Parts: sequence; C-alpha cells; structure tokens
Amino acid sequence: MTTGLQVRNVSKNFGGLRVARDITLDLPAGARTALIGPNGAGKTTFANLIIGALEPTSGSIYLDGHDISKLPEATRVGAGIAKTFQITNLFRSLSVRDNVRLPILERERRTASFLRRYDGDSAVEEEVEKTLAEFQLLPLADHLVRNLAYGQQRLVELALTLSLKPRILILDEPAAGVPSSDSHLIIDAIKRLPADLSVLIIEHDMELVFEVANRIIVLVNGTILVEGTPQEISQDPKVRELYLGAGHG
Amino acid sequence: MSANSTIAAARPQIRGAATFLPPIILLAGAFVAFWLFPYDLGFMTRILIMMVFVLSFDLILGYAGIATLGHAAMYGCGAYAAGLFAIHVSADPLLGLAIGAAAGALIALVSGLLLMRAHGLSLLMLSIAVTMVLQETASKARGITGGADGLTGISMGPVLGIFEFDFIGKTAFWYAFCVLFVILLVLRVVVASPFGLALRGIKDSPSRMRAIGTPLYRRKVAAYVLGGAIAGIAGALTAQITSLVSIEAFNFALSAEVMVMLVLGGAGRLYGALIGTLVFMTVHHIAAGIDPFNWLFVIGFMVLAVVFFLPEGLISLPKRLMRLD
Amino acid sequence: MTVALSIVVDGIAYGMILFMISIGLSVTMGLMRIVNLAHGGFALLGGACAHVLTNSYGIPFIPALLVSVMAVVVLALPLERLVYRHIYRFSELEQVLATIGIVFIMIASVNLFLGSTLLPIRMPPVVSSPVDLGFKVLPLHRIIVILAGLAVVTALYLLVERTRFGIYLRASVDNQATAASLGIDTPKVYLAAFALGAALAAFGGILGAELLPIEAYYPLRYMVLFLIVVAVGGMGSIIGSFVAALSLGILDTAGRYLLPDIGTIFFFLAITAVLALRPNGLLVKSS
Repeated sequence: MTTGLQVRNVSKNFGGLRVARDITLDLPAGARTALIGPNGAGKTTFANLIIGALEPTSGSIYLDGHDISKLPEATRVGAGIAKTFQITNLFRSLSVRDNVRLPILERERRTASFLRRYDGDSAVEEEVEKTLAEFQLLPLADHLVRNLAYGQQRLVELALTLSLKPRILILDEPAAGVPSSDSHLIIDAIKRLPADLSVLIIEHDMELVFEVANRIIVLVNGTILVEGTPQEISQDPKVRELYLGAGHG
Repeated sequence: MSANSTIAAARPQIRGAATFLPPIILLAGAFVAFWLFPYDLGFMTRILIMMVFVLSFDLILGYAGIATLGHAAMYGCGAYAAGLFAIHVSADPLLGLAIGAAAGALIALVSGLLLMRAHGLSLLMLSIAVTMVLQETASKARGITGGADGLTGISMGPVLGIFEFDFIGKTAFWYAFCVLFVILLVLRVVVASPFGLALRGIKDSPSRMRAIGTPLYRRKVAAYVLGGAIAGIAGALTAQITSLVSIEAFNFALSAEVMVMLVLGGAGRLYGALIGTLVFMTVHHIAAGIDPFNWLFVIGFMVLAVVFFLPEGLISLPKRLMRLD
Repeated sequence: MTVALSIVVDGIAYGMILFMISIGLSVTMGLMRIVNLAHGGFALLGGACAHVLTNSYGIPFIPALLVSVMAVVVLALPLERLVYRHIYRFSELEQVLATIGIVFIMIASVNLFLGSTLLPIRMPPVVSSPVDLGFKVLPLHRIIVILAGLAVVTALYLLVERTRFGIYLRASVDNQATAASLGIDTPKVYLAAFALGAALAAFGGILGAELLPIEAYYPLRYMVLFLIVVAVGGMGSIIGSFVAALSLGILDTAGRYLLPDIGTIFFFLAITAVLALRPNGLLVKSS
C-alpha cells in the first residue's frame, strides 16, 4: 500500500477559467515539499483542493491509497490532512489556550459532548500545556488571540493546526505578514515539526523555502512547470528566467 | 513551571466563587423582589419567563453566532403544544413543560435542517418565513387553536401535585423561578462543555472550525434544537401561567424584542441575557406606564446607545467603568 | 380569464410598489453590506409628510408628492452622514439592532405627531376613475403605478449603465477597496445611493398608499416584505429586484385571489423554497 498523499491529474475550472490543470504529484511521509510560483499561479487553490474546501473538476486525490476526492473537508481533516491559512484565521475572542484546546477536543471527537467540562480531561489538558510550551506560547496562554501581535498569531495558527496531529500538513504562506525580526520563530517551529509528517509549504519567501524544503515544485498558470531538489530548481534555466531571476536579482 | 502551577492552583478558587455567587444573587433577588413588590407578581413572572426565552436565544445567537429573527416559532409551538396538552390530555404542569420542550425541539429540528444551511440575510428571511407560516397555520386552524381569538380553557393542576396555582400568582412566580433556575444551571453546564466551546468557535470562525474537522452543520442544528427546546419551555410556561395562548406568540415583534434584550444585556453571556431581559422589561413597563404611546422612543434610543457605546452589552458596563479610572 | 388578468394586473401594480420601495434597500445592501431594517421608515416618513400636506394644508397631490420626497432626502442626508456611516462598520447583528432602534424612533416620531391611526393621502378624484383599456377596465391608479414603476426601473438602468455615477456605483459594489484606490470618492457614492434609495422609498410609499396603507407601524408591518424582495432578488441587483418584486407581487396576489384561506401560508412556503434553493437570490447562482 502506498502511504502519504497522491494527487493524480487534478484539474479545477472556475467557469471558463482553468486555475489548476492536470496536476500530478506525491507527498510521501516525511517529505518537506515547497510549492512556489508567481502570484495567481493557483497555489492556494491547489491547497484548497487537497483539504477539500474545493472539489476538483476532474482527477483524483488519494490518501494512503484511498480515494478522498469526494470527501467533505471535515472528513479529510479527520483522516489526517490539515492546513494553515494564508491570512490568520483564528478564534479571535477565545484565549490562546482555548485555540489550542479546541482542535485537540475535535480530534478526540469530544465536541458533541455537552455534559462534561471542556477543561475536565487531564490527558487533553496535558497535551494543551505541552503544545503551548512547544511553541513558547505559555506566557500568552490566557490572552485573547485578538490582543496578540501578528507574529504571535502566526505561531498560534501553527500550534492550532499541529494540534490536529495531521500526517499531511499544508502551510499556506506561514510567514506572510510576519516582521522579518520574528520570522525565525516560524522557521524554527517548522524545523521542529515531527519527522514523519509530510509538509507542503506554499511560500514566496525563498530564504524560508530553501531553508526547510527538500523538494520544490514550481507552479505556473495552474500547472506544474518543473519539480526537483532545491539545487536542481535553483539551477533550472526556466525557473531562473521566470521566477528566481526576478526574485533574486 | 512554578508560576504555571500557581495559576493552576488559583483557578479552582476563582471558579468556585464564579460558580456559586451569581445563582445566590439570583435567588436572593427573587426573594427581595417577591417581598418588595407583592402586587407586581404577574409582571415579575412574565420577566422570569422571558428570561428563559432570552437564555434559549443566547445559546443560538450569543454562543453559536447564528442570527435569526424567528425565535418566536419555537416559543409559539411550545405554548400551543402545552396548552393543547393541558386541555386534552393532562393538567400536570411538569408534563406540560416536557411537551412544550419536545414541540420546540421538534420544530427547531425540522426548520433547523433547512435554516442552518443558510447565512446572513437569507437566514434572517427564512427564519421569519417559518414563523409566518406557523402563525398563519395557527390562525387558520381555528377548530384546534381557537384561531385569532387564541386558545382558551387551559386550567392547570397543582405543581408536583402539591402547589395549586393561586389568584395572586405566588405559585406561578416560584414555579417560573424554579424553571428559570434549572434552565440556567443546565445552560451553565452546556456552555462550559466541549460542545459549548465548539459553538463559540463556530461563532468566531466557521471556516476555521471546518478546517479543524468539525461537522459544522450538525453542531449548529444541535444548538438550534437545544435552544428550541428551551424556547418551547418558555412558551409552555406562558400558556400554563396565563391560561391562554394567543396567536401573538408567533409575532415578529417578539423575535425582534428577544434579540434586543439579549444584545442589550450582552450576547454570549448567560447573565447578560438575564440582565438585558430585566432592564428591557422594566423600562418597557415603566415607560409604557407613563406614556403608552411613546415608550418606543425609550427603547429605540436605548438600543442605539448600547450598539454604539456598549457593544458588549450592559454586563460589560462595570468593566468599562473600571477601565475609565 | 378575467380572474387571471386581474391577478396579473393587480400583481404587477403591487410588484411595482414593492420594487420602488425595495430597490434602495437592495442597492444599499449590495453597496454598503448593511442590513437596514429602517428602510421602510423612509416610505412611512414620505407618506406621513404627504398626508399632512394634502389633508391638513390642502396642497394638491403632485406638489405634495415632490415636496415629501425632497423632505425625506433632506432628512436622509444628515442621517447617513451622522449615523449610518458608523453602522456600515458594524457586524451584521449590530446592524440589525441599530436599525431596529432607528425604526422604533421613526415609528414613535410619527406616532407622537400624527397618532397611530391610518394616514390617508388625498389624491385627485380622477385617479380612482375607471379606464377602459379595451380588454379590461382598470382604475387609473393602477395604470399610474405601473407606468411609474416602469419609468423608475428604466431611469435606474440608464443611471447605472450609462452615467459616470453608475460606473462609480458598480465599481464600489464590486470592490470597495479597488474603487477607492482608483480615486472614487466612495463615501460620496454611498451618500448619494442612500439618499436616492430613501427618495425612491418615499416615492413608492406615497404612490402605493392605496395598496400598503400608511400608518405609524408601516415600517415594521411591511419590513419583511421589502427584505424578502431583496433576499429573493439578490443584493445590489436592479434587474434581480425588479423580477423578484413583480414575481412576489403576482404570487402574493394570486394567493389571495385563488387560495383566500391559505394565501399567506402559500406565499411564505414559496419564499422558503426559493431561499432554500437559491440562498443568494433568484438570479444569482449559489456558490
């Protein structure tokens, strides 16, 4: 049986607009894959196709050999796929602790229970505190998320998503909007991710991409232009012309 | 690490005070009101019933963030169900409450399966349309409901077989108070549960809730049904205590007023719902007593003042005042 | 046959009134993303003003109509600048609340000065005289309403499609940020659209007073109807609102003629079905 995520010939049309065409790629366990490409190349669309926020027009997506193309988002999340948002999407009027607690409760299928206290399970509470500590969020645990600085919110975004214990993790521009003085926090957090996790990073920041990815896929106009190791990509003439040439001067 | 354990140790204490103080204040308030205003028992009972109703809406709007303008649908169904049950089946009040709750939950389930897929204006309109259909149905089914004249002939047996309803309304007052108290305790458990936390998550960010794998639609329907059951209990209380179910139980104005009361007090806070109801009903009572035609001015300006200057409701007033110092 | 014709004619006249009153609501909802429950209040204020002018001062109908519409505009401008401007930024729920508060104050104001009885608007007697169209005899009033409705929709269409203001308006509806970055003065566009919507509501309210009688509780009584036109027509769409208003007018009239007992139930069930299937409006595909 093949493990990890396989994407096979996936296309997506919006009306007459083809935002993803015939994409085929593998995200095996333990991989650190980066998806790069110019604005409007269809990167976020692709992430939404994997997570199930969008349904592909054609093609299939397999998780561990099972076709998940038709499953709703919630089911896919339950099966181990999770994604962070490009623009921070948190529970702003809840505390940092509750932001981490909620996905853990959801993962443990507890949120239908309405007779127990939400902080009453010691195993869950232990995991909440451990996660907060891992992301150095303990000092902020009782603050409401809406009162945090943006860089801190990005960290909560990561902590929240990782609390789902996904096997496939999609990071949609994890450092977007983070002041460069804080971006090492994000990079460190990504580097500390569990080794067997398959991570797909969508990112503009080339420094971050080359620091964490061991495979890079270049997406242009909804289709894969080229893929390879960071070294191959950085030497590929097509990519240099299209992207790095402009980006790296 | 040591700071962390101090916080952990301090928390149960705070929780202890926060757990017991408000219900004690509520109980004391009921006794004081009962003793101070013996001639206003009927009005105060109406406030208690309305508190139950507004609490039920708090779960839906305040916690889950589902904005509807048709909450009277469940209230009206509970009232008619309890009234008809008392006339045709049994005069036992508590059984009647159960029937009212079941009717409210049923209509919330049936309509909720449709409503909880809608958002924004469509949701507001759909919830109004459902209530209108129910009101018109009750108005046309004259043989069963009494139509526009209302459902009359309800006479209740003693509560628990012991406490007869009296003319002054003492039994009614304490009966309504006990129901409110129990509902409040139940809701306190619910909002502090994983389900309650999930509802607050849905209110903050539905898209994020979906992304952490919550079956959003099912949670929303569940909240709507639970809120509907409690609204049904409020309707049943009205039917039992006033011995009358009026077609106005389905009025749009009632749904709108419930929303006003809730936001006035502070949506998403159980005691906010109670405070909002108390203030709205009292202001309404006094303003309408002074000038029956112009009380809408008072309510109108009060609502605007809260939305503009105190968006978290009256319950946030002490905190706001303290911050001003 | 005659019944069918009556339904269509009465339904269209009724629909035209609904359209004129609701179109401002639809445009402001599409433009400012605001749920304005107080919109019907402008129809009430226009109607109340026309009532006072025609009944207490004996001013003829046409001048009274124009003065009333102007008066509503004069009231709407500062209201937008001082109150609504802040409401745009509110959450949906706070908008509902704030505008309910405004409705209450409008109702109480009319109540204070004119009481809660019906406020008839005196029209020239010729308006109620029958006109023979060859295939049907109609009161002149119906014909005037229908023609006025057609004139309004045509004028609005030209305004939005052919004028600079229309370009600004469409750009602002599509994307406020982009419109602002193109140098469009969006606050002014809002103000103009709001005032225009209020004027049309007053105009429709006065013309339609025979069908939807003016009284203090008017904005609450018919609020649901106006909002339904917007919800079914799709926010911000002139053609959508027009089609929705006419369909709802005919549907409601047909219900009253053919199923007098359960007309209202039928009407709201139909609305429920439409909104359940097309949550963003009749002409807008659900996303």
